[in-house]
Amino acid sequence: MPTRKTAATRTATPSAKTASKRAIATKPPADDRIEVRKTYKLYIGGAFPRTESGRSYLVSAADGTPVANANRASRKDLRDAVRAARKAFPGWADRTAMNRGQVLYRVAELMEGRREQFADEVVQAEGASVARAREIVLRSIDRWVWYAGWADKIAQVLGASNPAAADYFNFTIPEATGVVGIVAPETSSLLGLVSRLAPPLVAGNAVVVLASESRPLPVITLTEVLATSDVPAGVVNVLTGRKHELVPVLAAHVDVDAIDVWGVPDDLRQSTELTAADSVKRIARRPRGVTDARFDWLDDRASERPEWIAAYLEMKTVWHPIGV
Amino acid sequence: MPQMTTEETRLRPWTGDRAPAGWGLGDGQAIPWEYAPAPESRDIVTLKSRYGLFIDGREVPSSDGGVFSSVNPATEEVIAEVSRATPADVDRAIRAARRAQKNRWGSLPGRERAKYLFRIARLLQERSREFAVLETMDSGKPIKESRDVDVPLAAAHFWYYAGWADKLEYLFPGRVARPLGVAAQVIPWNFPLLMLAWKIAPALAAGNTVVLKPASTTPLSALLFAEVCRQADLPPGVVNIVPGPSDIGMHLVSHPGVDKVAFTGSTGVGKLIYKAIAGTDKAITLELGGKAANIVFEDAALDQAVEGIVNGIYFNQGEVCCAGSRLLVQESIADTIIEKLKDRLSTIRVGDPLDKNTDVGAINSRAQLEKITELVQAGVDEGADLYQPTCDLPDRGYFFRPTLFTNVAQSHRIAREEIFGPVLSVLTFRTPDEAVEKANNTPYGLSAGVWTEKGSRILWMVRKLRAGVVWANTFNRFDPTSPFGGYKESGFGREGGMHGLHAYVRLEDR
Repeated sequence: MPTRKTAATRTATPSAKTASKRAIATKPPADDRIEVRKTYKLYIGGAFPRTESGRSYLVSAADGTPVANANRASRKDLRDAVRAARKAFPGWADRTAMNRGQVLYRVAELMEGRREQFADEVVQAEGASVARAREIVLRSIDRWVWYAGWADKIAQVLGASNPAAADYFNFTIPEATGVVGIVAPETSSLLGLVSRLAPPLVAGNAVVVLASESRPLPVITLTEVLATSDVPAGVVNVLTGRKHELVPVLAAHVDVDAIDVWGVPDDLRQSTELTAADSVKRIARRPRGVTDARFDWLDDRASERPEWIAAYLEMKTVWHPIGV
Repeated sequence: MPQMTTEETRLRPWTGDRAPAGWGLGDGQAIPWEYAPAPESRDIVTLKSRYGLFIDGREVPSSDGGVFSSVNPATEEVIAEVSRATPADVDRAIRAARRAQKNRWGSLPGRERAKYLFRIARLLQERSREFAVLETMDSGKPIKESRDVDVPLAAAHFWYYAGWADKLEYLFPGRVARPLGVAAQVIPWNFPLLMLAWKIAPALAAGNTVVLKPASTTPLSALLFAEVCRQADLPPGVVNIVPGPSDIGMHLVSHPGVDKVAFTGSTGVGKLIYKAIAGTDKAITLELGGKAANIVFEDAALDQAVEGIVNGIYFNQGEVCCAGSRLLVQESIADTIIEKLKDRLSTIRVGDPLDKNTDVGAINSRAQLEKITELVQAGVDEGADLYQPTCDLPDRGYFFRPTLFTNVAQSHRIAREEIFGPVLSVLTFRTPDEAVEKANNTPYGLSAGVWTEKGSRILWMVRKLRAGVVWANTFNRFDPTSPFGGYKESGFGREGGMHGLHAYVRLEDR
């Protein structure tokens, strides 16, 4: 495989105004230095296993250059991921809201320290300019911060004290739905994924992500951040592979309570929803008229929505009589 | 049967030296005390021999002239013929709803929409006795429930949502709430008018128009409601009502001309309806079945708990999606509770739904009676112990004795399947963890009950129970301000409260 173009090497030119200190400090590799390449693996239950199937598929950069072999996860891997998520769910949901907020904020902290690496990968995966890739990374970090802040507020915005017409104390509180399957946006491999991942997480759900099939590498790097942050093992699980193979399995899994169909290929959408209906899964769809390819994830107003958190919350209403 | 207005009566301890009428003696035998019949007069209801569909503000026959009969389940008499909507009628109703939404209702200022809803609430209050009697005749539910629960709550629902119609901007700060358009609504037979109110009130408040299909065994109160819409001068097409069989319901929800689907009914049918909208942009809420656990701890106020258990499962003949059909009782008090329950069952009055003393009325239909009978037989066959009080049942009509099963295992069908009848399965537990484990061991998650005098345990149980409504030291309470709906396979979306409006709006940026 040819040498990869990276944000660091590109921005070594004097014209790049936005180059960070770190990028300027990075020297181009010596000609005789052999690059240590990364093996991209799955992320299940806090570990980085290879797919049990031993399969892989070739991932290319946006310009068609082959980049890496990604794991082609199997249905067995998916079941393992759902099991890990189910196991992790109660502990995560029972954390205090403030604690969940801090854990997600820490993801932002750790991403901040790896900005250039993420930018490199976004350039490579999405064919973005360096400046745009950097913008995407910064917004991804800020998006974690925005959603993290909701952790201890969403219950106050969506919850209610209900003035029933009788002597009862009556209140409604939101609770996490459970295990959420996310079919990641296909086009926006990092910012799109973060924007769809943070809402169910901040609500207290455990998540199984099917990564962008054509651009899976940035999210694998994100899992390295998650693994070294304080997100408990199993709360986020990420699979790479073929959506046509994995989406039907995810939709049919009875232990998945909700599914985000944003990144489901158009030809699979109806069958996915048909299958999901069998276990009354909550289905989170793209807003009407929105396409995956055209959606502007840099638009904060469009991608920072409390409704996206609410999609993975159940409202619980509690009654108690008042009396002496 | 304790409800709303009778709350105080039931909480007052009995201190007399002689048991009041019908009070059990402790051996499962009631004092032989006859209640004089106290029938509610039917004169207030003028039954038409035939009811049409309600489309575009007018009562019309179905396009093929077809009719079906509505039967009084307490007498098995046909009480009216009702036009049976055809797919062409449904199409017409949807077109009328679309026109009304686009040209009138959707652009009407919220404060004007509100006034129509207030009018409807007032009309329901004014005609409440008429609605109650008709509802009881058509559905078989006791008059004291239709009179004290169904009809007042239906009116209260319109009242509550009326006030929201011009205040939506305070509900969704920073965003503009737009109506979705035309709502297709399919409702069940257990609370015909109340479910209509739950569906129509929030839809209209948010600026949607509706096409509603009532259940085929209980269409009459919906058609009387059509008359209320006309009395209120509601613009034509805002509410359309198309009675018919289930395939008409499927035609309605599958129709490309509807933007939103709302269904209350069984989980089986709910899944079919969910599938019917797969791959579309339609919004949907589902309120489906349940198998609620009613959990009694040893420190509970036992007499109140017994009343709550009885109310939980025998209210409306147990034909309630949130019925407390599984009693989980702590082992140390199981014998006491079961004995008290048997006593209490001996005083339940089963019979003429129009009699004001009746606690348990008629089962809604022959088909439902057969389903209950089959599941009770399965309970016996699988080895549970059956108890039924020795009360007389009327000679005609679909009646079923209040039933109690003890020695029930979690694997029994009567502990897993929704019976939708007056059948209680008693299971036991030792620790709070075990209670939670058993309560949550079901694909359903609609409601749950907790009985204990310890506050912190109530709140701990509330957190652990995977159910959309938790009644603590009470059961089967409903209020328009209070969101209702399920976890898991009991559906999603909420009806009631401000959450009920979320299902009927599309949010746009300012």
